[in-house]
Amino acid sequence: MRREYKIIEKYEVVPNVHKFVIRDPRIAKKVKAGQFVLVMANEKGERIPLTLSDWDPKEGTITLYVLELGVSTMELVSLSKGDSLYSLAGPLGHPAKVEKFGNVLLGGGCFGIGGIYPLAKAMKEAGNSVTVIIEARSNYLLYNREKLEGVANEFFTTTSDGSEGMRGHVQDKLQELVKDGRKFDHAYFMGCTFMLMQCARATMPHKIPTGVALNAIMLDGTGMCGCCRVTVGGHTKFVCVDGPEIDGHLVDWDELFIRKHIYREEEAVSYQSHACRSLTGYEREAKGGGEA
Amino acid sequence: MMPNLSGRVKMPEQPPEIRARNFQEVPFGLTEELALREASRCLNCKNPLCRTGCPVAVKIPEFIQLIKQERYAAAARKIKETNALPAVCGRVCPQEVQCESKCVLGIKGEPVAIGYLERFCADYEREMGLTEIPEPAPPTGKKVAVIGSGPSGLTVAGDLIKLGHEVHIFEALHKPGGVLTYGIPEFRLPKKIVQAEVDNLIKQGVRLELDSVIGMVRTVDELIEEDGFDAVYIGVGAGLPTFMNIPGENLNNIYSANEYLTRANLMKAYMFPEYATPVERGKHVVVIGGGNVAMDSVRTALRLGAETSTIVYRRAREQLPARAEEVHHAEQEGVLFNLLTNPVRFIGDENGCVKGMECIKMELGEPDSSGRRKPVPISGSEFIIECDMVIVSIGTGANPVIFSSLEGVERNRWGYIIVNEETNETTKRNVYAGGDIVTGSATVIQAMGAGRIAAKAIHEKLQAMDRKK
Repeated sequence: MRREYKIIEKYEVVPNVHKFVIRDPRIAKKVKAGQFVLVMANEKGERIPLTLSDWDPKEGTITLYVLELGVSTMELVSLSKGDSLYSLAGPLGHPAKVEKFGNVLLGGGCFGIGGIYPLAKAMKEAGNSVTVIIEARSNYLLYNREKLEGVANEFFTTTSDGSEGMRGHVQDKLQELVKDGRKFDHAYFMGCTFMLMQCARATMPHKIPTGVALNAIMLDGTGMCGCCRVTVGGHTKFVCVDGPEIDGHLVDWDELFIRKHIYREEEAVSYQSHACRSLTGYEREAKGGGEA
Repeated sequence: MMPNLSGRVKMPEQPPEIRARNFQEVPFGLTEELALREASRCLNCKNPLCRTGCPVAVKIPEFIQLIKQERYAAAARKIKETNALPAVCGRVCPQEVQCESKCVLGIKGEPVAIGYLERFCADYEREMGLTEIPEPAPPTGKKVAVIGSGPSGLTVAGDLIKLGHEVHIFEALHKPGGVLTYGIPEFRLPKKIVQAEVDNLIKQGVRLELDSVIGMVRTVDELIEEDGFDAVYIGVGAGLPTFMNIPGENLNNIYSANEYLTRANLMKAYMFPEYATPVERGKHVVVIGGGNVAMDSVRTALRLGAETSTIVYRRAREQLPARAEEVHHAEQEGVLFNLLTNPVRFIGDENGCVKGMECIKMELGEPDSSGRRKPVPISGSEFIIECDMVIVSIGTGANPVIFSSLEGVERNRWGYIIVNEETNETTKRNVYAGGDIVTGSATVIQAMGAGRIAAKAIHEKLQAMDRKK
């Protein structure tokens, strides 16, 4: 009775970032920009929230970008084309706010370079002038350029080492644009929590309304467990059902950082004791495993 | 046979000091000998009051008579005439306030252990491989969507499939069972029992669609208008957990009971790292609340290695809403009870983890709207409980996701769905609802009772549709 979520395409886009195209006609038909799915690689895995980064309702496929970080993402990226995910639920969360704002600024880092694309497309279709800035440590970690350039009115890259585009981060480019007299009516950022915080802080003095796609730890993703709670403007919100887009100027970032690190020790245990790492080749063979 | 006036049997169970450290089921179940002895105590009353105490009116004296005749599988089938999940109910129903509270033997002595007997024959039937899959009724050509595979959804599905309707269950999670799977721990309800019940429904032809969050991937309107369902039953259960709304509540290691139990049960964090989902293992755990979910949480914490595991509850002992057996089991296992105590704030350490909870002592005042004496704080009685983990178990609100796209279904001021109590139909035609999404937090058997009412009404409605044609 388990549904099949077949991996149609899978490859490493840039080091450590993997692109998955998965068949799920139900989700492909329903999804809107800014929504996410919960994924399990196997029965013993975690439920991991991943941003829906593209979709094709005709083909019935969705695209996800996975950053390999810990055991659960490692197990996910060890799946191959033709395999099926164990579980895939979505689309979840509210769609991002998309309307005719005027000049819209979008920023993406890491998996968000892939994830920001549907936003760029939707914002453009809604009649906005869209500026996209993406960031990475170095130029070999940038991807998705052609797709983003194809929908954006303006497209910029930034790198920490200056190997491509401006040396710095999304917020540095943003500051530069604003200093040059550019006006933005709306901003939206997707990437790691630190980047989201930096970008939200950069737009605050210029009073640019800012949405951030928060990535909290989740379990069910349907508002049942309360795991993903975050303080927004002094009130507790649940990222899974109130977000994932949250007003970046109201987030209690310090609390969010602390909450994200709750399982740091367990992550280390999980990683060290994982079968691929903890067993020597001999033990693996004794347990009936294949190659060392 | 002469009535047996000896005392009620004792349920054999794991000794408290051992079971408090493992996840195996606490009671072993009655042996055949004990079951026969207990069954012989039933007076087979002409006017069986026990049945009136049961939300699904199980034919109690009839099934106990079958046990007396050593026809155990037949006894299980007798129960199943009105209760689809006897192995579950025998374990989790609060019999002491339902069927057993009405037993005439209880007037002078102890009531018949109806719950133990129910469990005995359901387990016998399952373990001996005697479960019968009912012959399917001729197909009616009618399709029903059941949203949620918890106790009420499973009941609706079981009742309607027997009547020849096509039934699809949509479950949001990756495993079926709802609260039976994510909420109630293995030591109280082994998951293989839930799985066996679901498998039986599938064998009868029920179609189960996992990973299907209705409201998001499909809406109720789409189920009716595009997918051709003639009726929809909403049994989506509990929603967002209620928090205390006191300072420090988002510190790390403060869980909602829903999250804590979902990690431990559904995701099997007690087998971490074999299962990848972690759960914190507090040494000094405090659980706020006094219901069954609080008891499940406080006992799970012990099994996950807590040195102390304490219930903090603002009312008095007699007012603990939990099933008596759960409170008793918790006490035996060494759970501490801090009653007439209410948290005021949480105190964090330098890493953002909880290290203590300030509480205030309470005393009982005048009765409130629930008829219970209202707890009022005693000023100046504040004190601090040191702890490294807190589980908040004070109830839940309505599930928010189903309502993201549900026009025409009216809700009350708490957000729960309003239904016609005779049919459990909502204010939207052919859409029914039951369980926690209608009543707020209640019991498994109450949810099943709601499912039975809805299933009957849905069947009648579907038949009437045919007559109109």
